[in-house]
Amino acid sequence: MKKLIGIFGLFVAVFVLTAFINPQFVSAYNLQNLIRWTALFGIISIGAAFVIITGGIDLSIGSVIGLVGSLMASLLTRRSWGEGTTVVVVLSMSLAIGLAHGWLVTKVRLQPFIVTLCGLLLYRGLARYITDDQSQGFGNLHDGLRQMATGRIPLSSTFAIPVPLFILLVVALLAGVFLNHTVAGRHLLALGRNETAARFSGIRTDALKITAYVICSGLAGLGGILFSLDLNSIQPSGLGEFYELYAIAAAVLGGCSLRGGEGTITGVIIGTAVMRVLYNAINILGIPTHLEFAIIGTVILTGVIADELVKRMSARRRAARERLQT
Amino acid sequence: MSRSDGPTGGAPLLEVRKISKNFPGVRALENVSLHLRAGEVLAVIGENGAGKSTLMKILAGVQRPDSGEFQLNGETVTINDVRTAQSLGIALIHQELALADNLDVGSNLFLGQEPRRGWFLDRRRQGRLATEAMSRVGLEVAPETPLSSLSLGQQQLVEIARALASGARVIIMDEPTSSLSQGETDRLYLAIEELTRQGVGVIYISHRLGEVTRLADRVTVLRDGRNAGELARGEISHDRMVRLMVGRDLVRHRRPTQTQGSPALEVAGLKTPAHPRQAIGLTLFPGEIVGLAGLVGSGRTEILRSIFGIDTPLDGEIRVGGVPVPTGSPVRAIRAGLGLVPEDRKHQGLFLEMAIGPNLTVASLSRRSRWGFVDSRADVRLASDLIRELDVRPPNPRQTTQYLSGGNQQKVVLAKWLALKPSVLLLDEPTRGVDVGAKEEIYRLLESLSQRGVAILFVSSELEEILRLSDRTLVMHEGRLAGELKRDQLSEESVMHLATGGTE
Repeated sequence: MKKLIGIFGLFVAVFVLTAFINPQFVSAYNLQNLIRWTALFGIISIGAAFVIITGGIDLSIGSVIGLVGSLMASLLTRRSWGEGTTVVVVLSMSLAIGLAHGWLVTKVRLQPFIVTLCGLLLYRGLARYITDDQSQGFGNLHDGLRQMATGRIPLSSTFAIPVPLFILLVVALLAGVFLNHTVAGRHLLALGRNETAARFSGIRTDALKITAYVICSGLAGLGGILFSLDLNSIQPSGLGEFYELYAIAAAVLGGCSLRGGEGTITGVIIGTAVMRVLYNAINILGIPTHLEFAIIGTVILTGVIADELVKRMSARRRAARERLQT
Repeated sequence: MSRSDGPTGGAPLLEVRKISKNFPGVRALENVSLHLRAGEVLAVIGENGAGKSTLMKILAGVQRPDSGEFQLNGETVTINDVRTAQSLGIALIHQELALADNLDVGSNLFLGQEPRRGWFLDRRRQGRLATEAMSRVGLEVAPETPLSSLSLGQQQLVEIARALASGARVIIMDEPTSSLSQGETDRLYLAIEELTRQGVGVIYISHRLGEVTRLADRVTVLRDGRNAGELARGEISHDRMVRLMVGRDLVRHRRPTQTQGSPALEVAGLKTPAHPRQAIGLTLFPGEIVGLAGLVGSGRTEILRSIFGIDTPLDGEIRVGGVPVPTGSPVRAIRAGLGLVPEDRKHQGLFLEMAIGPNLTVASLSRRSRWGFVDSRADVRLASDLIRELDVRPPNPRQTTQYLSGGNQQKVVLAKWLALKPSVLLLDEPTRGVDVGAKEEIYRLLESLSQRGVAILFVSSELEEILRLSDRTLVMHEGRLAGELKRDQLSEESVMHLATGGTE
């Protein structure tokens, strides 16, 4: 938990500063949007975190979102499939994608970066092909299903909680319990630290890594469904673009190490919130949106540098202390 | 080993007087003195934590002492940093080699002090100087040879040659043979002899007392950061050294051999990928300790790895307690009752950044879990029980394992398997890099395990260890089992005879 103080502080700082400069930031409308988008991004970031914990990376998250969103809209409106069937089909597809990634990484021993980079290109291309690169939408149909993304549960006369927050909480709870309280979760963390030692300890390293990729793509698929339901206007070439980078950045901001073996679900959610608050602040403070990437990039870099320095300092202190004990 | 020209008289090459070094709250060295004459091999021995590494780091300029002085050829000098140590001619050869394996031998020899002509590297001169420097350590390879094509032993000689090329007169070697084969070790001995003949002083740090007996002109023993004694050439013996290091006599238990019942482990027709043409068969009975001896590279490690399923054997059958175990899966091997303490503790045995507790429990989590959920309370209990049982220091389950001493790290790896209560325990070099005291503890632990009926198969390159532990010894030569020695046939000679290709 100690590790999360820094990132939480950053969150509070950006939040308070923005609210101070422009009170519109804390309006019910803006906060509800902020929560909804944090929830949507949180779901895919948790997925990214699982793969990062194994020491891998998934660059295909954004393209999976694009493919799932395009395909879902296409199946529902052009082919008039039922909602249930469609959701099951697109989710199964994303799980299968994860399975393929995991298989290629563990059994064929390809590097995760390459496998998922190819995935990034492949799924984006497929999304554009099956839709003839035409933008998709649900129009006024499927309002019930769309409630999953756009719905709100009123808390008071002025404030309502967006439904995606509940979905995030369920996902986060399951992920947190899995990671911290199951044997598989502990093994996953250990595997991220030292895969060789994990294998020598009788941990099913391949199966666990495959599971991590399946979780990641599965959550990307869920994200794809929710993002497309929320937007209602889906550009096969644009939906989810760069989202893998947001997800990876959020996970790293939230304490995951790209070397593997480290990360908490709470941290990832706070990391996501920081990203969304920053993005929102740029818009609401009237900062030219062209600067968006530059600002987000700078803040993440600063955060990661600060984190590394703090880590190094405490490691040195701990090393000194532990050497004395031994 | 006899040396024609003994150490000469006069002012010592290097004299260290009353060096003290404190780290916050701990006294690493207290008034430690030693001296080294030109052309002499001085062995510095002591248990882990006795202060050897600190002393060597101070000599090499990595750390500065709090008090004390150095004299080089009778002149007082100060060693402020690594650079001054180097310019004074003191070089430390590390346990882990510090060479660039993407460069050739010549470039490595002169890394950072390349002979130049103007802005350009003078390759021809470098080649000539390199050949010269290598001949001083008896290494005969072309300077253009890529370093990566050299064996570990040869690379070590390159490092020594590099120190010589930079004008070193005092060479400190820290466990130089820990990863060398017997042949390479012999080459190193010859190189050391050659160095002393040239008047270089060698400080030799080793846990292997056999080596020390063979090489050293004098032995300085450290214990708890202080001088514990010194032995001159004629006084050096294994028992004397141990007594000085430990400060007491080690009691040697002779455990009666006791094997009973049906075989615990049966291996038949096992062919490992490393030696595909050799079929290995062996049988272990409950309570038996069997040593697997042989030269480095004779295929011992590969057998353990294949039995445990890390490598998939090409052929063969493995039975534990009479039940066949599917090959190629450590998960199945563990379920069948096997455990493996691997050769490379830091990479294969431990999760270094993780604490002692999780390291102890990780392999056996599912034994205590319900519906796949971890039972944290049982884990904590298990960890503290194991720490107590094996006397792991410090006894703190939250301590990360990377700063533990070799002995304590090895205890953690062993304890991880004890938690699984294996019926057959495989160990690969169980006491490599472990100090004498902890070694004895590990031996006693293995003996008590065998008394509880665990069958133990261990690989060791240290003959003393084989002699100390084995009820029965299997000796390997080039991938095959060259022979089996019962307790009464067991001696260093009989093992070496078989290991080097002799017949029974």
